[in-house]
Amino acid sequence: MVAAAFYDLEGTLVSTNLVHALYFYSKNQQGLWQSAVKTVSTVASIPLFWATDLYSRKVFNDLFFKRYAGESEDRLKFLSKELFEKVLRPNVFPGAKELISKSRSLGLRQVVVTGAIDLMIKDLMEYLEVDDFVANRLEFVNGRATGRLLPPVMASATKAMWIRQYAEREGINLNDSYAYTDSMSDLPMLSVVGHPAVVNPDVRLRATAVHHDWPILDLR
Amino acid sequence: MPQLRRKIDEAIVYIDTDSAPRIIPYGEDFWLEDLPVGTRVIYPKPPIQGLPNREAAIRYALNHPHDCDPLYAQLRPGMKITVALDDISLPLPPMKTPDVRQTILEILLEMFEANGIDDVHLIIANSLHRKMTPDEMKRMVGPKIFKEFYPDRYYNHDAEWPEGMVYIGTTEHGEVLNINRRAAESDLLIYVNINLVPMDGGHKSVAVGLCDYESLRAHHEPQTILDSHSYMDPAASALNTKCVRLGRLVDKHMNVFHIETALNNRMYDGPMSFMAKKEDDFTATDRAKFEAMRFALKNLPWAARRKIFHSVPAAYELIACHAGKTEPTHDRILAKCFEQYAIPVKGQADIMICGIPHISPYNVNSILNPLLVQVMGLGYFFNMFRYKPILKKGGVLILCHPCYDEFDHEHHPSYIEFFHRLLPETRDAFRLRHKYEREFASNPSYIQMYRRGNAYHGAHPFFMWYWGENGRAHVGKVIVAGAENAHVPQILGWERADNLQEAIAMAKGYVGRSAEITMLHQPSIIIADVE
Repeated sequence: MVAAAFYDLEGTLVSTNLVHALYFYSKNQQGLWQSAVKTVSTVASIPLFWATDLYSRKVFNDLFFKRYAGESEDRLKFLSKELFEKVLRPNVFPGAKELISKSRSLGLRQVVVTGAIDLMIKDLMEYLEVDDFVANRLEFVNGRATGRLLPPVMASATKAMWIRQYAEREGINLNDSYAYTDSMSDLPMLSVVGHPAVVNPDVRLRATAVHHDWPILDLR
Repeated sequence: MPQLRRKIDEAIVYIDTDSAPRIIPYGEDFWLEDLPVGTRVIYPKPPIQGLPNREAAIRYALNHPHDCDPLYAQLRPGMKITVALDDISLPLPPMKTPDVRQTILEILLEMFEANGIDDVHLIIANSLHRKMTPDEMKRMVGPKIFKEFYPDRYYNHDAEWPEGMVYIGTTEHGEVLNINRRAAESDLLIYVNINLVPMDGGHKSVAVGLCDYESLRAHHEPQTILDSHSYMDPAASALNTKCVRLGRLVDKHMNVFHIETALNNRMYDGPMSFMAKKEDDFTATDRAKFEAMRFALKNLPWAARRKIFHSVPAAYELIACHAGKTEPTHDRILAKCFEQYAIPVKGQADIMICGIPHISPYNVNSILNPLLVQVMGLGYFFNMFRYKPILKKGGVLILCHPCYDEFDHEHHPSYIEFFHRLLPETRDAFRLRHKYEREFASNPSYIQMYRRGNAYHGAHPFFMWYWGENGRAHVGKVIVAGAENAHVPQILGWERADNLQEAIAMAKGYVGRSAEITMLHQPSIIIADVE
């Protein structure tokens, strides 16, 4: 039976987060005025995003992805290449590719499980040479984002549930599998594999890792 | 009177009815214990006087090397030189600054500059040990060299960097050797060594210090340790034999200039110098100092005591420096080491008592975790002999340590999994090696922690377990006195006792009431030449 390595993405393999991508799209609106308004609005919302993320990832998602309401799917896709080149690739942690490569050399399937938007990270997934990835999907109506996510929304326990289902479907042995994350909200994901590890953790996650004797990696 | 009780050296004391109680290290604390009458206590020899001018001694060694041209005659402008250095595991505890490696480097760098050589790299030969932190590296070579070379030209060896390693060859016994590429491709590799125990130095320096996991597997394995009568006696060590074979392979392909140093055993000086005395010679002031130290320690948590102990450097002095080809250089340094450490001992003991101090080669600035307590007891202290073990076959080894279940998550992450997941399943070193060693060695998390952090390699806890293999095969029983819990001794396969008296009673119950007891007085390095 094969095993896999499951990675969270933002903060784990790259130093950027959802806000960086939103900021990039805000800056690249069709008109100068729109870009300025949207950029200022995004920056002003950062404390709110931070507070809601601390409170609940679900509340954060509901609030955060509303910012994409009205964006055209074509434009988001078109700009994703530039997002990759200018924002994501330069922020891949120095040790990320090496971790994936070592992991692959053991015959482990490389899978990214992330709360980022799928169409924004496709190039990054190719660059990191992962075998599979699952990400959040924006809902589009008539080619325009509604500001809502299509279920299942990848966060916290949903990630763990998806991993379980994926393992069942693909014949993956979770006991021999690895999981890497930087976020306390991904504890369920760490709990379903035999080899959990935390990456670049904050104080809370570090304390949890120490308590459970999990390896603590620094890929920066 | 039994044969054992014939005093043949000043370093040996027999406990009598009016003898003073003995100081025994107990982790980050000390015990003061009355030992049974007749107990033989082996002390270290007094420190050999340090060389008055160590710079001159080093320069003399470089200009009068063994079996090769003087260093200055080997230097030419534009050549590529790598200087490899022993890591933080030597000496123990770290010595007062300037470290002897700093002094040697200052002399070497001055020579390189004078000869128009600027392609110089300094590599710490840490093998699969943890990488040293920038602060530790700075302390070792001094701020001037650190500023000039770190991080581009002064760095730790990385055994998990495939492009950084190169295949050197295979011995006639099928042992593969991969070596640090920069070192292998240099016109001249200079190895700067510190010899503290006879296992150190010689061919082990390059062939082990700069190799990778696959190369290390050839000798860091249980059968080699079992075949080593004592790995502190190079002549009777299968480990040494294999290292020599690999080292000769190195010499075939690389130009190695070895600089070896021997230090005396002046571990304490200043207000702590009383610790080097025999307890019977303590003055009232010494006793007061000791009691004051114990009182201060008693009110501190383990972590605070650890911090204090790790911040006290040793006052080691250079007693010999030789340079040249590896073997003749090492032979001379070994002779000097034995002059400092070897003590003639008549007769084996039924019970051996060892206090386990706070430090080992593998936990500088860190915690002596249970696996390291094991390696200190069954590995290092058991093997501190030549000719015959201090302990009779089937005898009882008493270790004094709290055996707290604590691990350093940054330095020893794989130790935790080894101790809590593998040892409860099996203590069989061969089974552990066969079933789990490669899994740990290739665990991507452990590899990343070794490469990018300060963690020991994933396979290192296995080596630590193998290190105790010949001790485990020899002793009849291990009792850990003062263990603060039951599960750590149980996982290690040991018995526990609340205190030393209870441990001695238990040991006598096992080997008989007339048991001969020997205590290695710690902390110190002793090699017992047992007749």
